[in-house]
Amino acid sequence: MIPPSFELSDYDTIIIGAGHNGLVCAGYLAKAGRRVLVLEASEACGGLAAEYEFHEGFRASVAHHTGHMPQSIIRDLDLVTHGLCANQASPDLIWLGEDSARIRLSDKALSGVSEDEQSNFRRYSRLMNGFAKMLAPFWLKTVPPIGNNTLSEVLAFAQLGLKMRLLGKDDMRELLRMVTLPIYDLMDEFFSHPGLKAMLSWDALIGSRQAPRTPNNSVLQLLYRMAGDTSKSFQVASLISSLTRSAQGRGVEIRTGAPVARIQVEASESGLRVAGVRLESGESIMASRVVSSADPKTTFLQLIGAEFLEIEFTNRIRRIRDRGFVSKLHLALSDLPSFRSLDSPDGRLILTPDLETIEWAYDDAKYGDVPRKPVLEVALPSLHNPNLAPDGQHLLSANIMYTPHRQRDGWTESAKSTLAANTLGVLERYAPGIRELIIGEELLTPADLESRFGLSGGHWHHGDFALDQLIMMRPTYGAAQYATPIPGLYLCGAGSHPGGDLTGIPGHNAAKEILS
Amino acid sequence: MKRYDAIVIGAGHNGLTNAAYLAKAGLDVLVVEKNDYIGGAAVSRELYEGWTYSNCSYVCSMMRQALHRDLDLSRHGLMLIPYLGTVNFDDHGNALVSYHSDEAAYNELKRHSRHDADAMFRIQADLTRYAQVIRKTLLRTPPDPARLRIRDIRELLFLAKQFWSLGEKEIYEYVRFFTLSAADFLEEYFETDLIKASMASSGIIGTALGVYSPGSSYILLHHVMGDVDGNIGAWGLARGGMGAISKALHSALMSFGGEVRTDAEVQRILVKGRRATGVALTSGEEVQARIVVSNLDAKRTFTKIMDKDDLPPGIFDKAKNFKFHGSSGKVNIALDGLPRFNNVPDNPYINRGSQVYPGSMETLERAYDCWKRGRWSDVPFVESIMPSAWDPTVAPPGKHWMSNFIQYCPPELSDGPWTPEKRDQFGQTVVNRIESMSPGFKDLILHMEVRTPHELEQEVGLTEGNIFQGELTIDQLLFNRPFPGYAQYRMPIKNMYMCGSSTHPGGGVSSACGANAAREILIDLKKPATVPEDDCYDE
Repeated sequence: MIPPSFELSDYDTIIIGAGHNGLVCAGYLAKAGRRVLVLEASEACGGLAAEYEFHEGFRASVAHHTGHMPQSIIRDLDLVTHGLCANQASPDLIWLGEDSARIRLSDKALSGVSEDEQSNFRRYSRLMNGFAKMLAPFWLKTVPPIGNNTLSEVLAFAQLGLKMRLLGKDDMRELLRMVTLPIYDLMDEFFSHPGLKAMLSWDALIGSRQAPRTPNNSVLQLLYRMAGDTSKSFQVASLISSLTRSAQGRGVEIRTGAPVARIQVEASESGLRVAGVRLESGESIMASRVVSSADPKTTFLQLIGAEFLEIEFTNRIRRIRDRGFVSKLHLALSDLPSFRSLDSPDGRLILTPDLETIEWAYDDAKYGDVPRKPVLEVALPSLHNPNLAPDGQHLLSANIMYTPHRQRDGWTESAKSTLAANTLGVLERYAPGIRELIIGEELLTPADLESRFGLSGGHWHHGDFALDQLIMMRPTYGAAQYATPIPGLYLCGAGSHPGGDLTGIPGHNAAKEILS
Repeated sequence: MKRYDAIVIGAGHNGLTNAAYLAKAGLDVLVVEKNDYIGGAAVSRELYEGWTYSNCSYVCSMMRQALHRDLDLSRHGLMLIPYLGTVNFDDHGNALVSYHSDEAAYNELKRHSRHDADAMFRIQADLTRYAQVIRKTLLRTPPDPARLRIRDIRELLFLAKQFWSLGEKEIYEYVRFFTLSAADFLEEYFETDLIKASMASSGIIGTALGVYSPGSSYILLHHVMGDVDGNIGAWGLARGGMGAISKALHSALMSFGGEVRTDAEVQRILVKGRRATGVALTSGEEVQARIVVSNLDAKRTFTKIMDKDDLPPGIFDKAKNFKFHGSSGKVNIALDGLPRFNNVPDNPYINRGSQVYPGSMETLERAYDCWKRGRWSDVPFVESIMPSAWDPTVAPPGKHWMSNFIQYCPPELSDGPWTPEKRDQFGQTVVNRIESMSPGFKDLILHMEVRTPHELEQEVGLTEGNIFQGELTIDQLLFNRPFPGYAQYRMPIKNMYMCGSSTHPGGGVSSACGANAAREILIDLKKPATVPEDDCYDE
């Protein structure tokens, strides 16, 4: 029986959300001959990576650099022919001292530290790169659930064990020990320069609710970010446009400005299953398969509704930890700011003296307070992409750690202006005079990200990168292999294995799972 | 000159247990102890006339019952007394009382929240379940997953089987539980801050983690892991103080023909050709032995009483990287009478139990923030207990002795080293915390002994004053304790072993480390096994 509001549709798969994961998933499904419709709530594709004008003549996207997107995805979807534009190289990681000190890490070469630290770094990177390389294939796989396994699934785990063993006895032991270390202790074991420690810890910390002294989660996040080819980076806008064109070239239809109100569920002979979606406009579109790149809480609690789910599963979705801890600041600058001791601020500038300062910023945020001394990652994307700012002017994009999702008294105007003032205070110390260059600014707290992008908790990764929310537990058991308790409904967003960043891997894995 | 079969360095409870099992197998064993008393951190000492302080560890519940029975410790004089009744205070003076009777306990919780009273049943059931898997590993030697000899595979399969047999859903709940923070875990059960805080406080004891730190929920298990006379989850006191445990172990050791020398500090472990051959004492005397067992923590063993050149490369760094992060303090007080507490019903059971000052979740976490900054909090977490209310042997009639455990107290202060003045200020902070709930408490004080991590290190020999001989975080548990590759009690030098809490299963007065080490030593020496298997807890 077809409900009267439904019209026969041309699509067999509907993807909710035209973020990069939704687009990657659409591309793979279309490549396999599926008829795919992508529905996007906002007017542009890209989700957090969508570019928009925040000040007259200045364009920015919340995600300001691409992650470690696997070459295979770029190849499979012909992204280069569709206009994917590579930067010269992956941005350098640069740590600035409050005096004239600086450390630069460019494509595996480190400068600005003593010979001792150089050799410590060689030891450190040999070990960590080995671990990252060993783990890399597992991010690109659907990992079977544990318990009640078939033989082939047991073999998949045995393979992981074997790969670990192939690291060599000593390295394997170190992996099993280091993987849950707080990044603070890991850095302590290798290095003594406070700035170097802070710089190398950055990717282990940013995005989730974890500070340097937080155990269990940060080393894995770092290894995830070190996986794959990290030597290339791409312009964010070109990634989204090439994904869009690639998908459209394969017959994918993309409708923007089409927010989904509900995923329709119908009763069938074998129980509940997905029937299609209903848009906020009231229009219903049928499809036997719906793939959601929205975060798990939004997907299950809003779009499906608890009434269609088992209470235990609903509880597990509810307890996903997804409160964002990072805010974003965009500055429209009338000129290139001059950072002390730096000829050109080209790279990812890490602005914190040491790990302690990061920890103290976290300590403020964990109680719901605005950090008194925030720690920043700053980039000037307009150096590489002149479209982002008028001639001679520049866009500064900063990630601010840590900011609570729920400010103690709510994100009032005064709380936001305190955050802005504290952040500018830090910037001013590293780039004296930068205040005079500001002609426009935009500050996005996790609460802003939540309301603007429909992102539960305002969390970049749709859920903390934590041991109990990873791999076969991401987002939670019962939905961790991309299929969900509702037949026909799949997940493909950052809330699924392996997690966030502009990698497209969840979208890729979900498509593989749907096609198999 | 006499050559012993084995020398055990340190007469802590694990060293004594280890020596007892070696002697039981017929070895000629000598235990050497630097202090003039035995027991390490399980001691009863008369530091004020008429009072017996258990001035380090103060309650007992982790002791493996299988060992207690096997060594016949009761016959050797050990008597455990279960104690009841706990009061938790919040920052505003409100009290939450833990009654022994189920009905009274439920009604008390209901006074705070009906929802939480119901949740308490669920969480107790869940925690008891989670504890089962851990309990089964306590008296076993961890496998080495990188080495995989037959025994390693067998142990690994044992662990995997325990895990797999839980079933899919339970496995995920376990992984969550072991990696989550106490705050996140409790959030799923409770709504009342005081109830959360009083539960959470057992997740931080002895550990440099906050209630918001992932990994702290696992330590909640200490609440339910132990037992007193088979009564799971109960806590007990040793009659005569914690030293009674050491005394009973010592007596057992004597009955097997072992030997103990106090005032005999080891200066160096003698090594010849990568083999331990004995020890050199600070007195200059050298004692030879076939094997050497260290009850000291991993850092002390490898960096203080061994020569870096005697060790294979890398071990010295591993020992240096082993994390201690001492974080606890202890204040022992002799009282002129029984103190009274605000907002607590006049019930003899409650007044004789323990008083706990968690404050609130934020108070607990802020105390941790202070530790990170090298300070102590003005409102630290304090757990007070008055053993004299249950055991008349530790204080004169009508008088009392109160043991106070404090979390957190930093091993190093940000404003320079510990001094006696700072130590006394720390003690005063604790007294003020108690006085806030018990007006007039200060006037009852007859004598006070304050121990910061600094004293614990100097007197007991615990590096950074860590009461567990090393942090109990995942990276230092099971086959990673103390270092990966050396978790089976054998050390990188031949004929050398470790038996302290730096080894699996870690801290607590459990005797498990010492017994496990003895089992491995006896295997190597091809002697009959004397260490019993643990009790089977499956119903």
